[in-house]
Amino acid sequence: MTAYLAKRLAIAAITLALASVVVFAVLEIVPGDPARVMLGMNASEAQVEQLRQQMGLDGGPVQRYLHWAGNLLSLDFGRSYTYSVPVIDLVTERLAVSLPLALIALALSTAIAIPVGLYAASRRGKTGDVISMGAAQLGVAVPNFWFALLLVYLFAVWLRWLPAGGFPGWGAGIWPALKALMLPALALALPQAAILARVTRSALVDVLSEDYIRTARAKGMPWRRVLWGHALRNALIPVVTIMGLQFAFLLAGTIIIENVFYLPGLGRLIFQAITQRDLIVVESVVMLLVATVIAVNLIVDLSYALVDPRLRHRT
Amino acid sequence: MKALANRSLLAGCLITALVALMALASFLWTPYDVTKLVVADRTQAPSLIHWFGTDHFGRDIASMIMVGARNSIAVALVAVGIGMGIGVPLGLFAAARGGLLDEALMRLNDLVFAFPALLSAIMITAIFGPGAINAIIAIGIFNVPVFARVARAGALSVWPREFILAARAAGKGQTLITVEHILPNIANQLLVQGTIQFALGILAEAGLSYLGLGAQPPMPSWGRMLFDAQTRMTIAPWMALFPGMAIVITVLGLNLLGDGIADLLDPKSRRRR
Repeated sequence: MTAYLAKRLAIAAITLALASVVVFAVLEIVPGDPARVMLGMNASEAQVEQLRQQMGLDGGPVQRYLHWAGNLLSLDFGRSYTYSVPVIDLVTERLAVSLPLALIALALSTAIAIPVGLYAASRRGKTGDVISMGAAQLGVAVPNFWFALLLVYLFAVWLRWLPAGGFPGWGAGIWPALKALMLPALALALPQAAILARVTRSALVDVLSEDYIRTARAKGMPWRRVLWGHALRNALIPVVTIMGLQFAFLLAGTIIIENVFYLPGLGRLIFQAITQRDLIVVESVVMLLVATVIAVNLIVDLSYALVDPRLRHRT
Repeated sequence: MKALANRSLLAGCLITALVALMALASFLWTPYDVTKLVVADRTQAPSLIHWFGTDHFGRDIASMIMVGARNSIAVALVAVGIGMGIGVPLGLFAAARGGLLDEALMRLNDLVFAFPALLSAIMITAIFGPGAINAIIAIGIFNVPVFARVARAGALSVWPREFILAARAAGKGQTLITVEHILPNIANQLLVQGTIQFALGILAEAGLSYLGLGAQPPMPSWGRMLFDAQTRMTIAPWMALFPGMAIVITVLGLNLLGDGIADLLDPKSRRRR
């Protein structure tokens, strides 16, 4: 277990380090000088040069990379070129929208997918299975931003139950804020729920053909307990893996969904930062997302050991 | 349940062929000229004259969907080609050599997987400029590790087989064995993965062009049509309805096709149904 843990940790650290090199290198070849962008076309060469020095843009690439990576490690993300505030403040402010959004979406998707998967697997081949998996097949094909538009039309334009977009901020109270996140979370969650339901079903179908399930049933254990206790627990590995991947997808998916709903989240921040050439924000947010993905994958890997005791003894 | 497998294969084939035909037909004929703006006809509801209505420039939405299909298919198909063309040889090579090289290639894979695909696609297209070509590259890059993984896993399961041992005993080298024996044995898995990535590519292209990073106007694209529709949901909901349905139907068709092929080829998954 310790060796397994050490290996996974080392791989995660190396991946993160390589990712930082890639991000730095890609943004290095971006056309356009941030100092020039900030000062506008009318600034003199000397002014631009002065600002370049101020922003630490005058050193060689290796020197600048080390400086940047060192700062990242101490959580110093620098200052945004366009907003003129520390990037860390921007990020935490935007995370207050994106993180709850992604988490609500993940919770919704799990809450829909697991029961549907259980239901379909326990009625394998019957009408209920065919209908729910047909719906899942359809759900996988739906682009979340189109689904978002339909939700807006139904709940905001037609029924007028929920706002069509915007975010009042958590200061306006929990309920209005949650109301604003409801449609975006649903739009993000549904296509993911469809994928997760399919995975849950097929993992369960595999498990349900095992001998120990037959034994449990033969000794008279109620079907519900067999399903939730024995079968679901053993089917969890693929389900947890997909959930981990989905969390990363949900965080990135907020880029599009936040644009649909005009939410001031991380996704909109990075999209705007890219178009405004606010590279320091782009670098920081991308690194943050990549670090999250790597961390989530690591947690997923390690949680296998929790779900499946057999893996604890392997390296 | 062989019937079910065949049904999804049949439905998938039909839908995919229909979408492909629609895209091909658009080269020869569309109900209306999609480059012509007829302001007098703008935002007309669906009718016998304009089946799917018109957009804010008076363009026929049915015609735009036909032409948009070309763009979606071309981008997704070439992106799959890039993924297969680079990913499969890498995966096969890693499986054949093993050892440090294998480890290094797989870590490289992890690296690409650490970047959420959509995020990187947005970065690539935003930095190198929006357009269909950059969208293809962005989506293609993320197909590479997927195909590398599938090819490697498939190849690793074929290598220990007896007929490979026989081929080695006959004096064939790694490259020859890989080309003559490994590749044909994993072609099915690659085909299934290909249809999945094709479907994901259609979705990704739609997302990118929705954000304005895909094909540029006046070239119609499904994602762009949805973007144009967004601010006009109250006056012209059909502008959003039909392009979205085109995406859903295309992706559904490809997924059904992939499922159908997988079921047909893999008895284990057929039994699971």
